[in-house]
Amino acid sequence: MLLLIVWTQIPFILTIYHSFRRFNLLNPERQGFVAFENFSSLLTDPVFWTSIQNTLVLVGSVLFFTVVIGLFLAVLFYQDFPGRALARTLVISPFFVMPVVSALIWKNMLMHPVYGLFAWVAENLGQRPIDWLAVYPMQSIVLMVSWQWIPFAMLLILTGLQSLSKEQLEAAKIDGANAWQEFRYVIVPHLAQTLSVVVMLETIFLLTIFAEIYASTSGGPGLATTTLPYLIYLKAFGEYRIGVAAAGAVFAVILANIVAVFVLRMIGRNLQGGRT
Amino acid sequence: MRFWKALTVGAALLATAALAQTTITIATVNNPDMITMQKLTPEFEKANPGIKLNWVVLPENELRQKVTTDIATNAGSYDVLTIGTYETPIWGKNGWLVELSGLSASYDLEDVLKPVRAGLSYQGKLYALPFYAESSMLYYRKDLFAAKKFTVPTQPTWTQAISWARQLHNPSGGVYGICLRGLPGWGENMAFITTLVNTYGGRWFDESWKPQLTSPEWKRAIGQYVELVTKYGPPGVTGNGFTENLTLMSEGKCAMWIDATVAAGYLANPKTSKVADKIGFAKAPVAVTPNGAHWLWSWALAIPKSSKKVDAAKTFITWATSKEYIELVGNTQGWVSAPPGTRYSTYNNPNYLKAAPFAKVVLDSINTADPTKPTLKPVPYTGVQFVGIPEFQAIGTQVGQFIAGIVAGRTSLDAGLAQAQAAVEKLMKEAGYLK
Repeated sequence: MLLLIVWTQIPFILTIYHSFRRFNLLNPERQGFVAFENFSSLLTDPVFWTSIQNTLVLVGSVLFFTVVIGLFLAVLFYQDFPGRALARTLVISPFFVMPVVSALIWKNMLMHPVYGLFAWVAENLGQRPIDWLAVYPMQSIVLMVSWQWIPFAMLLILTGLQSLSKEQLEAAKIDGANAWQEFRYVIVPHLAQTLSVVVMLETIFLLTIFAEIYASTSGGPGLATTTLPYLIYLKAFGEYRIGVAAAGAVFAVILANIVAVFVLRMIGRNLQGGRT
Repeated sequence: MRFWKALTVGAALLATAALAQTTITIATVNNPDMITMQKLTPEFEKANPGIKLNWVVLPENELRQKVTTDIATNAGSYDVLTIGTYETPIWGKNGWLVELSGLSASYDLEDVLKPVRAGLSYQGKLYALPFYAESSMLYYRKDLFAAKKFTVPTQPTWTQAISWARQLHNPSGGVYGICLRGLPGWGENMAFITTLVNTYGGRWFDESWKPQLTSPEWKRAIGQYVELVTKYGPPGVTGNGFTENLTLMSEGKCAMWIDATVAAGYLANPKTSKVADKIGFAKAPVAVTPNGAHWLWSWALAIPKSSKKVDAAKTFITWATSKEYIELVGNTQGWVSAPPGTRYSTYNNPNYLKAAPFAKVVLDSINTADPTKPTLKPVPYTGVQFVGIPEFQAIGTQVGQFIAGIVAGRTSLDAGLAQAQAAVEKLMKEAGYLK
């Protein structure tokens, strides 16, 4: 138990320690305690605020798409139809592709304006190919990450659905509910807890999305896809300013807590309101 | 308990391995010449039976990060580092590298090009040996130029280059007017862009370290660059670094390309290039001033102080940068692929001169690149396509991102440069250069 505490908390304590020090790898002479200089350096940096905004946009949009599409797919797979097992395997497979690999597949095989599949389709339709990652960088990343996380949402929601008794649905049908009402007033309320778990878990994972950005856009063009994790990486391995990076990591922890509380409240309220 | 057991077993394994043979770990870039060096490992191991080579080959940006963090934290994962003219003096000054003195007479240090040796020294002490050296130059497609009756002088101007790019741009025919680097990174797009700014009369900093990114010279140069790559370049420029452009050019998709002279051997080699017989070579274009119009760079091999196998490492780096190695590559891979830019003897070698029609342009470019006078107006730094201070990696990469943002149309020219200027000022203040 003690070992576990030490194991998990030491990195965080070290992070806090470094966030109060000036520690530039390339400049061994200028090191020492600088109080809040690292934090103020970040807070006065327009790039930092852009990165927070980008992080929230990325997490928000991916959450929206994964939950909505995941819910739709889960309800679909809740029905019986021929070939269900095979289709389910296919739908789940993106989740098992490593993030960097999936980013490279999207970047070079699908979105590349000269060699990509999308460019090929566009050319055959007589359109000019679009340089996705330069023109729609954030949208492309959202697409990539959503594609990876839809299976996760779907699986959890499907598990939640399994516990819904068929009698309830039949009762609703007898009462004259149409498919939409069935979905809205029986299925969704039943899934309230599952959905909040999905959102919670995904938020935690999505706040640290890094590999996809690193391998496809490197935070660019300009600052279009520089999220907070990527900014921390830039400060640590682009500028070798460990102190500033550590301060960024402290902000990331704070942000994660704020977002988690906020998201859960929102979800909770909406689902409560859905019960009549 | 199990943890300790594993640890002791691991330590025992390491000890026995060390007794049997010295294995040195080499970190290097995935450029064609280094891949060749890796391929020739058996030759080295045959000549030095006590030493085994273990390779870590990475793209430029990743290699820089790995190597920099390794050396700064004294981790000692590598025995040989591939570093450039930017890092060598700075790291030498920090006392991170083994000084390379007492090389054997047969190595013939005097044969190594003077400007290259100077670039790898700090206060007269040599800290790395050049594996190859390069400047930048203009590659063009002789067939396309002849069809339009354009003649290229040995020293073209930017005015000419722009008009050629405009008239040769033919995307439906699968040829783009000009290919240039757009991938953000201080050693990627900023290397080229800095030479462009230099020749337009601009500079990174004035004598008191005040950034100059919003000066009229920068605006002209960057405006010109953005116009070129967006109107007459391939799509997806912001994803193209040296390697991507090399592929485009050798596939015959570019009418012109301005980049590292080291690509010449690859482009003129029928094994690696579809247009080997159609490539013309000229000096990099100039605008207002010849100062800093083409860069000076060398990829060199150095030994970190943290290495425990300095002798074996020294044996390897003297082998890989020797006359004999150049002979070996010439005889096994073809003379056109011999590592360029490092030794006078290479440029007196009839075999090389016969195989490399570009030899003279390359040698001229390297000899006329002066890192101590990179700009029209005086500057407090050395370096043609970089600023020789530790902070430049961060500065260059950030500015590179802002310029990619302008190219992608996310910000206007003025707004992008203003943001870049503000970012550089902030960094310079925090680093203590500006009050």
